[in-house]
Amino acid sequence: MTTPKDNRKHWARDLKVTLWTLIVPPTIWAVHFLFCYLWVAVTCAKSPTPATALTGFPVATLIATIVALLGILAAGYIARVQSQTPGDAPPHDEGTAIDRLRFLALSTRLLAGLSFVAVIFTALPVIVFGDCR
Amino acid sequence: MTTDSPAYVAPDQNDPAVRKGQEDRLREVWKPPSGWFFRWTDVNNNRIGVWYTLTAFGFMLFAGVLALIMRTQLAVPNNDLVTANTFNQLFTLHGSMMMFLFAVPMFEAVSIILLPQLLGARDLPFPRLSGFGYWSFLIGGVFVSGSIFFDAAPDGGWFMYPPLTTRTDLSGLGADIWMLGLSFIEVSSVAAAVELIVGVLKCRPPGMRLNLMPLYAWYILVVAVMILFAFPPLIAGDVLFEMERLLNWPFFNAEKGGDPLLWQHLFWIFGHPEVYIVFLPSIALFAMLIPTFAQRHLLGYPWIVLAAVGTAFLSFGLWVHHMFTTGLPKISLAFFAAASEAVAIPTGVQIFVFIATLWAGNVKKSTPLLYASGSLAVFVIGGLTGVMVAVAPFDWQAHDTYFIVAHLHYVLIGGTLLPLFAGLYYYWPLVTGKKLSDRLGRTAFWIMFVGMNLTFFPMHLSGLLGMPRRVFTYPEELGIGGLNLASTAGSYMFALGVLIVCIDLALSPRRPKAPRNPWNAGTLEWLALPDDEDWGIRSVPLIESRYPIWDQKNFVQKVDEGRFFLPDAEEMRRESIITTVLDARPLQVIRLGTPSVKPMMTAVALAGVFILTTYHLYLLSALSGVATLACVLWWLWTGTAEIPEKPTKHIGHGIEVPLYTSGPSAPGWWAMFITMMADATAFSGLVFGYFFFWTIHSNFPPTGAGLDGPGVFWPMVALALTLTGWAATVGAREVHRRGNVAAGRLLLVLGIVATLSSLFAGLAGPWYSGMDPELHVYPAIVWTLAIWTAVHAAIGVIMQAYTLARSLAGKMTPVYDADLRNITVYHHFLALTGIVTFCTIGLFPGVA
Repeated sequence: MTTPKDNRKHWARDLKVTLWTLIVPPTIWAVHFLFCYLWVAVTCAKSPTPATALTGFPVATLIATIVALLGILAAGYIARVQSQTPGDAPPHDEGTAIDRLRFLALSTRLLAGLSFVAVIFTALPVIVFGDCR
Repeated sequence: MTTDSPAYVAPDQNDPAVRKGQEDRLREVWKPPSGWFFRWTDVNNNRIGVWYTLTAFGFMLFAGVLALIMRTQLAVPNNDLVTANTFNQLFTLHGSMMMFLFAVPMFEAVSIILLPQLLGARDLPFPRLSGFGYWSFLIGGVFVSGSIFFDAAPDGGWFMYPPLTTRTDLSGLGADIWMLGLSFIEVSSVAAAVELIVGVLKCRPPGMRLNLMPLYAWYILVVAVMILFAFPPLIAGDVLFEMERLLNWPFFNAEKGGDPLLWQHLFWIFGHPEVYIVFLPSIALFAMLIPTFAQRHLLGYPWIVLAAVGTAFLSFGLWVHHMFTTGLPKISLAFFAAASEAVAIPTGVQIFVFIATLWAGNVKKSTPLLYASGSLAVFVIGGLTGVMVAVAPFDWQAHDTYFIVAHLHYVLIGGTLLPLFAGLYYYWPLVTGKKLSDRLGRTAFWIMFVGMNLTFFPMHLSGLLGMPRRVFTYPEELGIGGLNLASTAGSYMFALGVLIVCIDLALSPRRPKAPRNPWNAGTLEWLALPDDEDWGIRSVPLIESRYPIWDQKNFVQKVDEGRFFLPDAEEMRRESIITTVLDARPLQVIRLGTPSVKPMMTAVALAGVFILTTYHLYLLSALSGVATLACVLWWLWTGTAEIPEKPTKHIGHGIEVPLYTSGPSAPGWWAMFITMMADATAFSGLVFGYFFFWTIHSNFPPTGAGLDGPGVFWPMVALALTLTGWAATVGAREVHRRGNVAAGRLLLVLGIVATLSSLFAGLAGPWYSGMDPELHVYPAIVWTLAIWTAVHAAIGVIMQAYTLARSLAGKMTPVYDADLRNITVYHHFLALTGIVTFCTIGLFPGVA
């Protein structure tokens, strides 16, 4: 566990941490995933021929991916600051408010890492496939 | 939560006479019912959980025997032990039973036993709901599995793909038995999920903040939430499926605009998360037993939470990998292949956490640990072939071959069955006070381990050599006779291992009691005494560590001497403590349901609805429906939201909490909210169907006689009425809360009138347009959405009337207003359902 660099106040530490904030990064993954899937599914189901090109989709994916990654980075950054809230001694598994906060924040941070990778995974097919075949 | 009033004198826990008095009262309050019939009306988690577990275990053995018959048939080429038709029934029932009657219920059963113990609670928050779930499961399970004795078992594969299964000339009663019998069990699964979520979030002992929660509880929370989002799409699919079979509404019939692929989507949106729903609880058992045998805290607690939550999310992005060969665009397949590869990350994380904990600890070799490590090895093999078939081009080769059979059995035996045996050997002393035999356990393990590999490893090869799944025999020229004979030999070996476990269990009553906490574990459940009391826990402890038995000084003694919270049952009521979600601060003492015949009667009545519908006895089925409603109302009226005899209660250590709360701090409110999340998910499955049909048709909605849509007028009238009913209910809650009871009642009456009118207005659109649901899928799906909303409006009206009656009967007051607050949650969801339905069927045709 990292030790806090300093004890100065930080805006991110004032944000409320709940079970809902824990699932922000994977929810961003889910929205990004659905966006990509639904765009393709609707376009291709509506197209008369499989060779229909997915016009605009690569750019849309790029934008959506950047937005999603920025969202995940923001959630991860906030979680990182919160997970370094100073107070209790390591290994931070006591029944205190600070350790509970650090736990939720660290879990959020780890989920942000996973979601970051998963969003990139979702975006990769657009490099290879350009139509509905 | 307040501090005690000065006049209150706390009991002296140092006085043995005081403690004896408390124990006598607790014993009396928690005494199980007796008598040849009434003993079955018990609702205590320790009994319901054991019945549930044994029943699920029984279904597993039954489904295992079905598998042995299949393997015997396949032992040699061109065998004729069973007919093709029987073989179809065997594999369909084997898969369906293992999934719906063993894996999922077993997780719920084990959780019903363990969760209150792990959380230091006296019971789960809704014991009667557990009873209802169990009886539903038993009746539904016997109905489905018994069908094979009448040659009427489902025979379309465990995923029941239409059109084979929806065409009544190609499939018989079995398809209805599958749909309706298992829908009934899905209802009980959702009920259990509601109970487990509320249990984990609200019934933790004081001090057990989220970061101190046993990891088993984290897994259960995640899995129960997954059930809420995974099972409802299948229930929606079941609704469409039965409408097609019973009423000829063509949802999956391509000739009339339907599409069989919609079923595959709805089924696998359920089916893939299902794999993780059965895997995560089993791996959760490892998270409990590995620290015990490593004799140290589990390393990487947040990493396990990452793994559980991450897996839960990603598992909903995998469903199309079961549909790689259906001709979807390659780019779509690639999205799902990507998610399927990504899910390997969190799955791997948990395995590394377990290995690291064992590495860092002082490992004590034991039978449970042997099963755990063996199952990890098996699971990893299944996981690796999973990564292989997640690659679409490889899957095109392997799809529907025995390679897949091998893959899924490695996953499910390594990820569910063997971990459950680990749990069985670990937790048997908790349930019975006796240890199982290490010698028999280890012998059984090695026989099962070798047998399992001998059965399923050759299937990889027979699959790659071209043996398709679900064939009742194969020609000699294919050259796979030797591999199949090996598989059959292995399956009998595996069965021998299971038999040894059963013998071990059967010998258990003759063995002496083990000492308390025989494994020297650190978590709360091991407070249980070998001669178990029915009260759950003597006093509800204050938790300061993840392993309180190891870390907190004199912990066991303090619990036993009633030195923590709620050591007594002064008012002779069954009680437990409700705490806050994040930090587990005491909020309330709830009075728990006592043994009652009502849950069982409700389950029997509801079973009537499903079973009688199977045989097209619609009138009797409707009568059963009325009986179900009557039972539910009777149950609620007599057993819930009871106004306590005093507003607060002392729970010890100077803390006084209310005996009644309403709104978001009350468990009932949470149960309603969570149930409605599941309901909304099922509804979204139907809406998905509407838009799915829009995407596959160039002219949707179609026009013509019997096809023209419901227009704009009636849907908008219905929407306005729905929202009026909603506003009246919310208004009733607000004015009632402020003390104006008369205005509250008046608004409820207005709500009843508006909601009831919305019901008829909602149906008027398709009715006056003369939409014929048998003609085309468009009228069929519009009618379905309208009927779904109308049924929900009817339930909303019943709730409003019930609440009004409660108020008139003096069972609800401005202070004690849980009923009104809970139905308001329902009406929020009803309003949402109305908005989506009426905008979809009324306005979407104008923009499509």
